[in-house]
Amino acid sequence: MSAKDEILSRIRTALADTPVTEEVPREYRTTSAMNEEQLIELLVDRLVDYKAGVEVIDAAQIPEFVAAKLKDASSVVYPQGLDSNWLSALDKDVEQRLDAPGARLSVAELDATSAVVTSSAVSVAESGTIILDGQPDQGRRAISLVPDHHVCIVPISTIVQLLPEAMPRLSITRPLTWISGPSATSDIELERVEGVHGPRTLDVLMVRGL
Amino acid sequence: MTQVFLGMPAGGQGNLFESEPFPKAAHRELGNTQMRKNLRHATHTIRDKRLKVVGELPDWEALRDAGSVIKNNSMATLEERLLEFEKNFTARGGIVHWARDADEANQIVTDLVKATGSTEVVKVKSMATQEIGLNEHLETEGISAFETDLAELIVQLGHDKPSHILVPAIHKNRTEVRDIFLKEMPVVDPNLTDEPAKLAEAARAHLRKKFLAAKVAISGANFALADTGTLGVVESEGNGRMCLTLPETLITVMGIEKVLPQWEDIEVFMQLLPRSSTGERMNPYTSLWTGVTEDDGPQNVHIVLLDNGRTRALADRFGRTALNCIRCSACMNVCPVYERTGGHAYGSTYPGPIGAILSPLLTGIEVEENGSLPYASSLCGACYEACPVKINIPEILVHLRGEDVDAKREKHKLPTQMDLLMKGGSWALGKGKNIGLLEKALPLGRLAAGKDRKIKKLPGIAAGWTQSRDIPAPPSKSFRDWWSDEKESK
Ligand code: SF4
Repeated sequence: MSAKDEILSRIRTALADTPVTEEVPREYRTTSAMNEEQLIELLVDRLVDYKAGVEVIDAAQIPEFVAAKLKDASSVVYPQGLDSNWLSALDKDVEQRLDAPGARLSVAELDATSAVVTSSAVSVAESGTIILDGQPDQGRRAISLVPDHHVCIVPISTIVQLLPEAMPRLSITRPLTWISGPSATSDIELERVEGVHGPRTLDVLMVRGL
Repeated sequence: MTQVFLGMPAGGQGNLFESEPFPKAAHRELGNTQMRKNLRHATHTIRDKRLKVVGELPDWEALRDAGSVIKNNSMATLEERLLEFEKNFTARGGIVHWARDADEANQIVTDLVKATGSTEVVKVKSMATQEIGLNEHLETEGISAFETDLAELIVQLGHDKPSHILVPAIHKNRTEVRDIFLKEMPVVDPNLTDEPAKLAEAARAHLRKKFLAAKVAISGANFALADTGTLGVVESEGNGRMCLTLPETLITVMGIEKVLPQWEDIEVFMQLLPRSSTGERMNPYTSLWTGVTEDDGPQNVHIVLLDNGRTRALADRFGRTALNCIRCSACMNVCPVYERTGGHAYGSTYPGPIGAILSPLLTGIEVEENGSLPYASSLCGACYEACPVKINIPEILVHLRGEDVDAKREKHKLPTQMDLLMKGGSWALGKGKNIGLLEKALPLGRLAAGKDRKIKKLPGIAAGWTQSRDIPAPPSKSFRDWWSDEKESK
């Protein structure tokens, strides 16, 4: 008997008492009454708690704020679908590196790149979670992982309060990365310390009118 | 593994056993005062954080109710769920392997690694691979496995054993961690301080090259979603993302009980898990992947679905809810016994209250070595209160004690636990309120219906505990009295 057949037959033996399934009680919150200002305030509070940098800006201010966040960077990687205007105010000595299908940066090149700029798919205010789903304006997972500084654009129209509200907006079979603050560890005396293997600096630009 | 009961699925193997009876191990571990201080500090910190973030959610109990039923349903339909997962994961380019036990899983992983030609793998924390002793097995096959989770790294570099499922190095304080790093890291700043931020930085530098060069990664999974074939890893440091993204080959080893029916179910578990485990509103990083994604991440993606005693646990209708565990560790963080003995006393990969039921359920209670684990509890009920999926650990402990006594009687052998039971008898029966305490923690109605187990068990309830606790308490003092005195003195 193959391992699969044997395990499945063990399961049938184990469940010989045929336990019944019940309807899942979903009494938890699935809708929110928060208005836009409340959502912004909540998400800002959570991100600041995680030690992320946060700015709430208008769409027209993106180039200026991206440039300000990257003033100390020597190079920046961006995905093919990113609005190129967003990088238009960068200092000339910040080298811009495009990561595109057929023209991928190697891991070593990414490691030698100081920062990354991406957009994001949906954000959950209550838990301070920004979700990337690999759409062209976010790129493949490696680019938002290897550089040490992540500048992430969060359109305010993509913020929800509750995780269940985010679910209909997710394409679950795309590679998803949920980000709640810069990388951190609680492994030493259960104290949260920011900055381990993922980007040690996370700057979030929450953008109105996008 | 000998099968005692005919027709019972085989018990698990690997690191699931007490290496010595719990009371004895506990007694020794209690002598380690530094460890106890560290543990006490850590578990109390996390308790307070957990209570705060749990208190923020007005629907916490509703989430627990949903989580509990989702898991029960998943276990009740496990065969269909696994087949559905296999179909969907395979359709997206992933390859599914099935492993009856630890040996088979180790062999599958070894063959997969060898097929890549690589002799090194990076690993992201996985209880399942620890349970099957994968690192040790790979070592004998000439493959080096590098743990990348900070706590696992501390344990690996310190030639130590994990003592907590979430924070395996919880028994080490910052100074001890620094000393391990100074001694064991090939390249390290000799002036490294014991600031956690500096220690984290040292770990980053130590592992960076490994991540960037790794060809093969081995991971666990926090859940598998049956209806989409998606896998998820919940983590903090980004080592998980590194392992799941950069290598060409990704091998995930996962217990068959981790499968959830619907992908939307993660909206429940991703609220329950981080708040229960690290006491955070959300962990820094969660990664989800469904088979292979062209041009993004590993292109050679495998999963090993592991039984190793899970079907054995599933066969126990009073114990099977132990398989609902999402490994958050809240039960150990609130457990008065764990806080004093630490995780090592339990021997198995799974320590604390959940370990006290899960290990014997996976191996079979009649397996000599695990007979004393169900006594490693005062049945105070704190674990049940804390458990995000409402596993009634005290009830299962009592059930397993009954099974243990029955198994031993069948072997015509007076177990050492029985001696303890007798000694402890005066405690439970001597005072009305002790029985009251027990009744409060235990839904006795259900148990009373079975064989006449009550009296045989009750006297022993505090026995293992009273024998090994670290204060000179007269046996006439009840656990409750001792516990409230203990609390007041803090
Ligand atoms: S038994 Fe419950 S509280 Fe304990 S680790 Fe498992 S899910 Fe968490």
